[in-house]
Amino acid sequence: MLLHSASTVLADNGWVSWDVTSLRKLFWYDTVTGLAYGSIYALIALGYTLVYGVLRLINFAHSEVFITGAFAGYFTLKACGFTPGVVPGVGAGEIVAYLVLATGVAMVASALTALVLERVAYQPLRKRGAPSLAFLITAIGASLAIQQAYFIWRGGNPEPSIQLVVKQPEIKIGNTTMDNIQITVIVAAIVLMLVIDTFIRHSRLGRGIRAVAQDATTATLMGVNRERVIMLTFLIGGAAAGLGASLYIMMIPSALVYNGGFILGIKAFTAAVLGGIGNLRGALLGGLLLGLVENYGQTLFGGQWRDVVAFVVLILVLMIRPTGILGESLARARA
Amino acid sequence: MTAADTTTKTQRAPFGQQIRDRWNGLPRQQQWLISIVFIVFLIFLPILNPAGITTEPGTDFPISLFNASRYALIAIGLNVVVGQAGLLDLGYVGFFAIGAYVTALFTSKDSSLHHLPYLACVPIGMAITMFFGLILGIPTLRLRGDYLAIVTLGFGEIVRLMADNVPALKGQVGFQNVGHPPGTRDNGLPIFLQSDGKPWYWLTIGVIIVVLILVGNLERSRVGRAWVAIRDDEDAAEIMGVPTFKFKLWAFVMGAAIGGLSGVIYAGQVGFVNNQKFDPVTSILFLAAVVLGGSGNKVGVILGAFLISYIPDRFTSIAEYKYLIFGCALVVLMIFRPQGLLGARQRLLTYGRQAYQRIAGRPEQLDTGAGALSGDSRSGAMGGGDL
Repeated sequence: MLLHSASTVLADNGWVSWDVTSLRKLFWYDTVTGLAYGSIYALIALGYTLVYGVLRLINFAHSEVFITGAFAGYFTLKACGFTPGVVPGVGAGEIVAYLVLATGVAMVASALTALVLERVAYQPLRKRGAPSLAFLITAIGASLAIQQAYFIWRGGNPEPSIQLVVKQPEIKIGNTTMDNIQITVIVAAIVLMLVIDTFIRHSRLGRGIRAVAQDATTATLMGVNRERVIMLTFLIGGAAAGLGASLYIMMIPSALVYNGGFILGIKAFTAAVLGGIGNLRGALLGGLLLGLVENYGQTLFGGQWRDVVAFVVLILVLMIRPTGILGESLARARA
Repeated sequence: MTAADTTTKTQRAPFGQQIRDRWNGLPRQQQWLISIVFIVFLIFLPILNPAGITTEPGTDFPISLFNASRYALIAIGLNVVVGQAGLLDLGYVGFFAIGAYVTALFTSKDSSLHHLPYLACVPIGMAITMFFGLILGIPTLRLRGDYLAIVTLGFGEIVRLMADNVPALKGQVGFQNVGHPPGTRDNGLPIFLQSDGKPWYWLTIGVIIVVLILVGNLERSRVGRAWVAIRDDEDAAEIMGVPTFKFKLWAFVMGAAIGGLSGVIYAGQVGFVNNQKFDPVTSILFLAAVVLGGSGNKVGVILGAFLISYIPDRFTSIAEYKYLIFGCALVVLMIFRPQGLLGARQRLLTYGRQAYQRIAGRPEQLDTGAGALSGDSRSGAMGGGDL
């Protein structure tokens, strides 16, 4: 009740609220939405975490890898004859087929972008043994360049949305329902994360990745091809971002804009740090948690503070537990 | 620094090296004289308005020069953080915005706060940005360097979102009639008009000279030596007894203060502050100015800032592509010339000049290849050795 009385005081100011009543009312709704958002953060966070685990590099341009996937998926749908604003008159099976196709294209496009980025921007620096500041600046430069290339190509307005799937409530959870899109997003994200996790933990190539993350020099001496491992890392991270991108434009079709990756990128990075950067399961956990916290925070403080909540979480995590919840290290993951 | 090393460096950049050697060979008095002549030339530049250099009709030339000088001031401040201490600050626009908003809040008629004269806003604005530098720096500077980049990026975005959403900051409506420094012309108009860039340009040049002297002295002091030590190897510096956290915070707060100062000047000249000018891309543009010119080299970053600001004004056809061009420039620079156009110089600090004269009997030879961002100065964190 004390909290309740405080809410009226703060709410009078108007710009930041302390709305416990709404939070209580919308708790389940926020939980469901938060999990869906969180799944996408987790998918993007995977790319940050893998690259960080292997190279100790924050790949700032990963947000542009993501948005490339989103554009690729969008234009695939467009090429398949779907027009913005028109409800498609084809059967459900066909829609699923087209969505899978668009997702595939998005994943390939993102993975290739990540790979090209690695080859063009980071590899020359690695050969020269440049300090980490140079890597960060390169990453930022590449991010800005790609983002602005999209701006010049597509302009500053979001693309008109192509909505293939109509939202339908499916499962009842608490006092709200989870719709079909949210279920798809959450399931697809978790399945891909599990596949990648298994791959890293149990396959030969995955062992290579872990070896390089642990000790690059020794791994090379043991016959691991370091350059190939790095390429693989960027490919996997890119593909995951591509899936995230495809799911993201399915969930929020109107959000495709040239700088749409920027905020998502920062949030995904926050998610990676929250779970423990370099830790795959940490990326999933961090992503889901961040999605939840952000949605609760949005209801509590007001929608305009959504992004601020995420940043504050980032700063708090770094202050209190910089190694994240599950602890960092790709290297220490055991098969 | 062996003789063989110097020769290879000379072969790599013969022209720049020659100029630099000749400059360093000059006596102190002549260096001062040439600098003064050059500064006088800069002061008369907006009046001369030379064809070929002028940015008109696209942009008013004095205004364009003012913007270049404003960027130069920002670059000097950011250089303290990035170039001297090696901390990657991507939220610098946040400090700039805070400086601008403080000025607007205290001088604009649209603000309900108590009104102060413009000049009073200069120390207040700087103090408040320093305070923000402190509260951002204390939690983040204890972390690994690469986390700092993303946290500062987030900080810049938080400042922008605050400007959007806190009603007292008036979002896009903003503040009209922001104050300006006192003084009137013969015809009764104020000296510092928005439409006339010249006084603002001269003011900024003056501020830059003062800041350069202050920062230069700081760099040659214990503080500056600590910064360079931290930049080159933080662990080694810590082991040698440098309180790294304290000096990193010092650099961060210094940089913040200069960013705030440029925000105050900017708000005065534009006369209107709203939430539109402080997006994260601008931070990266500032960073590009520092890196392009030569991070760690004060003359270099001024040159870089001038290029970043002047090129889009002069060649209006490419202005649209400026972010794309400067983004690519960052990538290409890091690969081919990581030290920037004018690289940072590793030199003996404090008594370096005298020591060279005493011991070697000749002017100092500077190692220009190594600096904040070139790989040869150390084995490199990403090189694989310590992964």
